[in-house]
Amino acid sequence: MKTDYNEDIRLFKYRSTFFWYLALVIGCLILPLLLDEYLISQLTFICMYAVAAVGLMLLTGYTGQISIGHAAFFAIGSYTSAILTAKGVPFILALPAAGILAGFVGVIIGRPILHLTGLYLAIATMGFAFIVDEILVRWESLTQGNMGFYVDPPSIGPFIIDTELRYYYLTLVVLILTLFAARNILRSPTGRAMIAIRDSEVAAEAMGINLAKFKTIAFAVSAFFAGVAGSLYAHKLFFINPESYTILLSIELLAMIIIGGLGSLHGAVFGAVFFIFLPQVIIMTKDYMPVYIQNQTGLEPALFGLLIVLVMLFEPMGIYGRWLKTKFYFEMFPLYKKDSFKREKKYQKAERH
Amino acid sequence: MAFFRAENISISFGGLKALNGVSFDVRKGEIFSVIGPNGAGKTTIFNCINRFYDLDEGAFVLEDHVISKIKPHEVAEMGIARTFQNIELFKNTTVLDNLILGRHRRRRSNVFTEILFSRSVQKQELESREKAEEIIDFLDLEAYREQRVINLPYGVQKTVELGRALAMDPKLLLLDEPSSGLNVEETEDLSFWMSDIKEELGITILLVEHNMRFVQQASDRILALDFGEIITQGNPKDVLNHPEVMKAYLGEEDVFTQS
Amino acid sequence: MELVNEILQTVLSGISIGCVYGLVALGFVLIFKATEVINFAQGELLMLGAFISYSLITMLNFPYWTALLVTVIFMGFFGTLLERTVLRSLVGEPVYAIVIVTIGISFFLRSVVSMVPGWGTDTYGFQTPFTEKFVRTGELVVSWEYLAIVLITTALILVLFAFFRFTRVGTAMRATSQNQLAAVYMGISVTRVFSLTWTIAAALGGIGGILLSPITFVHMNMGFIGLKAFPAAVLGGFGSLPGAIVGGLIIGITESLAGFYLPEGWKDIAAWIILIGVLVIRPQGLFGIQEKKKV
Repeated sequence: MKTDYNEDIRLFKYRSTFFWYLALVIGCLILPLLLDEYLISQLTFICMYAVAAVGLMLLTGYTGQISIGHAAFFAIGSYTSAILTAKGVPFILALPAAGILAGFVGVIIGRPILHLTGLYLAIATMGFAFIVDEILVRWESLTQGNMGFYVDPPSIGPFIIDTELRYYYLTLVVLILTLFAARNILRSPTGRAMIAIRDSEVAAEAMGINLAKFKTIAFAVSAFFAGVAGSLYAHKLFFINPESYTILLSIELLAMIIIGGLGSLHGAVFGAVFFIFLPQVIIMTKDYMPVYIQNQTGLEPALFGLLIVLVMLFEPMGIYGRWLKTKFYFEMFPLYKKDSFKREKKYQKAERH
Repeated sequence: MAFFRAENISISFGGLKALNGVSFDVRKGEIFSVIGPNGAGKTTIFNCINRFYDLDEGAFVLEDHVISKIKPHEVAEMGIARTFQNIELFKNTTVLDNLILGRHRRRRSNVFTEILFSRSVQKQELESREKAEEIIDFLDLEAYREQRVINLPYGVQKTVELGRALAMDPKLLLLDEPSSGLNVEETEDLSFWMSDIKEELGITILLVEHNMRFVQQASDRILALDFGEIITQGNPKDVLNHPEVMKAYLGEEDVFTQS
Repeated sequence: MELVNEILQTVLSGISIGCVYGLVALGFVLIFKATEVINFAQGELLMLGAFISYSLITMLNFPYWTALLVTVIFMGFFGTLLERTVLRSLVGEPVYAIVIVTIGISFFLRSVVSMVPGWGTDTYGFQTPFTEKFVRTGELVVSWEYLAIVLITTALILVLFAFFRFTRVGTAMRATSQNQLAAVYMGISVTRVFSLTWTIAAALGGIGGILLSPITFVHMNMGFIGLKAFPAAVLGGFGSLPGAIVGGLIIGITESLAGFYLPEGWKDIAAWIILIGVLVIRPQGLFGIQEKKKV
């Protein structure tokens, strides 16, 4: 019988895991020194979207509640931060405030709609995003409507974050803190309650889990991270208007976590990398294509769409699923059997009307 | 004094009376079984206790507290744990996590301390794990601790579900057909555990069961239902030999062969 | 009297646009019922249909009705092709993976259309037999373009109803949507049912495209109408075919009235406010059935 559980609750179960992550962080710190400004800004976008994706992963990947409305929380975060800093509030306070307000709105709208299931919840959140977008356009005294809003580069005390490199480090720190927070939630009762709700609502309730409460918590935490990401986004672009926060952003975030691999924090980060880097790769391959196609504006989205389809056809469990299989392959080499991960394809047995 | 009481409970679905004026008492520390053919309303009793359905009439009383008006999740907080007929485990997590989830009602932390994973959260985690390990030991689940539930054989899953209910430290344990789908060996293990739960842990058990031999062995008292109404209740021998009970079961051919 | 006329006019135009929403919603619901997948590319199928009929009519000088027929056949074929090449290999995989695939398809279709010579990113229109024709009754003037949408949609619904009710294939499709396993045991080929579902959904998209073209014109973003058909389908209960049409009508009429009588901006969100309101009260939509998991 096991008697010491301290090792079970450590953040990294094995010492080696810790060193791998340490190496990764050091790599992330050194990497930009080798890249030009443009690529550094792409890394910044990866960190930013990864923060939002981690938030959505907690809600959709772990709690099983689909949201197609996270662009709204992203937008609320952007505008809160932009307006606060314009009024002279320091960035270091505006950033968490953006998250907190987004989380608060999450609680308010989460309460009445979180008893909806699956598809119905997805559509209700989508409607919420449309409504928020319209409010941003119409509430001109606050948001300056479609004219847009100019945002200053952030500063922390006397230190102004005005180069690509500095901004990258800022977003990287926020991403690491986000991952820490998410990991901590997941290894605590709240995280387990979320997973329980995803896997069986009836059993969760019979265990004493208050469904409304924990769904709302998941929604609020998820909105918080989306808001923080929104704040980072605003201060990166220096200019925001409602057009940046359409339904497409919501769909992209959702696609990000599914392509990355639902139900894992790795997946959220993988998804963000996929979504930012793939278009870059497509641009790079452009030179090798016929001139007529090269000059088409539709080329990148077309290839992007095609690649999404191909990735999902190749690996329906997402990039993280493929990652696990690859890892397993090397660990088991040369004993790996091709059928190790073969799953039975199932007919849907559910009675539907 | 009765430990747990059903007072004249009734519920109907679309005009069909699933339970009609059913009353019974469960004494502290006993194993009380509810039997009856398919559709007699056995599982419905559990679902009403858990507040998945609202009773039309009547009430459940646990140690003088009426528990038929509280919220579904509060039932667990009152000290009632249950298992399900068709296994409702959290199937994408490990056995250990499922057991620790049973500790949810002991949660003292809040989401803010959890984000920081503060000392108090750590302490709480260690306690939960200690309890979970006790159960792993008790139910012989050592070999499966870190495995995902979805990959486990049916019998083991049933055991994990029992373990998860025990992790809740319940006063009253509701078992919904615990022996269905188990082989002979597993069923023997189960009756062994059940008497341990009763004797050593002092937990009262309310059992819904189809397997007559198992019921006869395990129960202190039995209630027989048919079409939502009580046929008879009392000690196992009398109830199982009651002519109406025999008749109710003979109407349904495969009952005695099913186990 | 003038007010009544005005309201009637607005409601009528709402009904006709609502019919198009309903048709797209019908496509959603058909695919959802058969496969539990939400087809995010449904709007893009409509767009493709519109572009094809545009080319047939203006470039190849097809008569309207022939163009309609050819478009429907082509789109049906396209749906089958899509199912064969992409979606079939995903049967049995997690539903969300398939949903993302349909999102990928929608990106792809939208961009590819913009790359086709003669289509591109511009906006086009074409002549129909109903262009600039009106029906007058008293003070009320109704454009034939609107009326045609309503009539063709009604006819289509009747055909679909008859198909599902009276043909063997239709019955098989209904059976499959209720319980796939049982359908398999009954000897129904679920693969063929899926394939047929995509065929019908794509064909419906094609018809929607032709009908919508005279009102919104043909352009690469007309597929975003799918985002309006979503609330329509959900309002109806996302599983009920008549519900989809009724949902479409409600959304169309609301939008039309809100566009006319409410300040700018309300038109686009009125439908969503109604939808969320309905869902808060009836979580399963207007015609949906509340399902409680059995334990």
